[in-house]
Amino acid sequence: MTELLQFLLSGITVGAVYALVALGFTIIYNASDVVNFAQGEFVMLGGMITVFAYKAGLPIPVAALFAILLTAAIGVAFNRVAIETARGAPVVSLIIITIGASIFIQGVAQVVFGKELHRLPSFSGDDPIRILEATILPQSFWVIGGAMVVFVGLWLFFTRTLLGRAVLATSNNRVAAQLVGINTGFVMTLSFGLSAGIGALAGVLITPITLTSYQVGIALALKGFAGAMLGGMGNPKGALIGGLMLGLLESVTAGYLSSQYKDAVAFVVILAVLFAMPQGLFGRKATERV
Amino acid sequence: MSLLAVEGLGIRFGGLHAVKDVGFSLKAGEIVSVIGPNGAGKTTLFNMISGVYTPGSGRVLLEGEDVTGLDPYLLARRGLSRTFQNLQIFQAMTVLENVMSGFHLRERGPVLADLFALPGSRRRSREAEEGARRLLARVGLERAAEREAGALSYGALKRLEIARALALEPKILLLDEPAAGCNAVETEEIDHLIAEVAAEGTAILLVEHDMKMVMRISNHIVVLDHGEKIAEGDPAAVSRDPRVIEAYLGAQAQESTHAHG
Repeated sequence: MTELLQFLLSGITVGAVYALVALGFTIIYNASDVVNFAQGEFVMLGGMITVFAYKAGLPIPVAALFAILLTAAIGVAFNRVAIETARGAPVVSLIIITIGASIFIQGVAQVVFGKELHRLPSFSGDDPIRILEATILPQSFWVIGGAMVVFVGLWLFFTRTLLGRAVLATSNNRVAAQLVGINTGFVMTLSFGLSAGIGALAGVLITPITLTSYQVGIALALKGFAGAMLGGMGNPKGALIGGLMLGLLESVTAGYLSSQYKDAVAFVVILAVLFAMPQGLFGRKATERV
Repeated sequence: MSLLAVEGLGIRFGGLHAVKDVGFSLKAGEIVSVIGPNGAGKTTLFNMISGVYTPGSGRVLLEGEDVTGLDPYLLARRGLSRTFQNLQIFQAMTVLENVMSGFHLRERGPVLADLFALPGSRRRSREAEEGARRLLARVGLERAAEREAGALSYGALKRLEIARALALEPKILLLDEPAAGCNAVETEEIDHLIAEVAAEGTAILLVEHDMKMVMRISNHIVVLDHGEKIAEGDPAAVSRDPRVIEAYLGAQAQESTHAHG
């Protein structure tokens, strides 16, 4: 029982990270139908920039804020330089551009930040907190809390605000959105900025637990993408639950079977779900008129 | 003063001069139709006026102000609204939401009020909903309000697109083949609707292949052929114009001469 609780706690922590990455995917997908495979690099940049700003003498909260804003700016620039200029290209081409951007950002990060692992101190100490017989690191609460706050914020944004509705309208039909007076260029800028900022936040929150290096992005992007697909691409609720489920699956598998199999089992479960429900757990059925 | 004036508008696609030096103007409440054989450049002309294409030459004046090449969303905010021949509908939204989206320009309120669903914000969206339902009733779609737009028939989608364009309360409405694919009854309904909207003071620019409809409701007709304006005038004058008759029938007439000769 204690064992299970322990696995669940660590699963939720990892899952919260996946959920944050998945939420980042959701925003850009909602605005543009593009699956942004550079999403993991935003996570890497968030952690890396915080580490270096902290080393340069900034207090952690300031360093974190700086990293999030700078990464958001990089996201906006990425959209301007690579995505907007290819506007009108098929979505598949745009997705391949994001893969290219991911490799490029990694290359630059390798040169700028070096190849070694970087660490960041925990925000509120390293003394484990006991819950019944299991323990959890204080930093885990930061990760879980961060995912919750971002989720609630996004959910309100997409369901309650006109700007959020404008993002959804743009994704549904860009021309129609323009016709009703939506500045679709601004919607894209906003989406990339927001998505990169959320990715960076995830990077800031997990770096004290997992450390960071120039190549952590790919694995996180893959897991976040899987989480988003599992929950249903485009739906914030799906991203949150998909990410958490993936984290739990991994941690339970690693605990009871072997950590060698954790990725395999997680992906097999995802495949099984997607066979039965191609739209994911909360995805909206696609209707396309020909 | 004319509401919309087009002066010397032209565009090239590679070597093809798709539209060349076209000019005309619209006054409030007027219905002007652009006709011409397939490929004459009617839709291209529409796309330049509504900001989808940037014209290669010439100007578009909205209430005397130069708006040439402005993005469609800016033109929408200035009161120029349009529909598309091949439909631009939010397929994943309900019929009601599609029309409500047209109200959002006027609905704009503080973001925080929206986030916490304050009374002001709820009132604004209720007003938008009521307005949208009125427009749906006007185009005969009130019963379909809650259905997903993607599930509607083609003719119904045409009317939905018009309702959404009207939600913006446009000063000028560009309609690209509103009756295409509609049956006779639907065509007549659209016909009445257009006349009604014009009577309320909106200027209407129409591209339509249904000649009976064009002749019946237009105040003024502009005829394009191979990208150039070959005639304009009231329906009676245009239908008698020999150049118009040649543009429409010339090719066929020549072909049949060859066949018989």
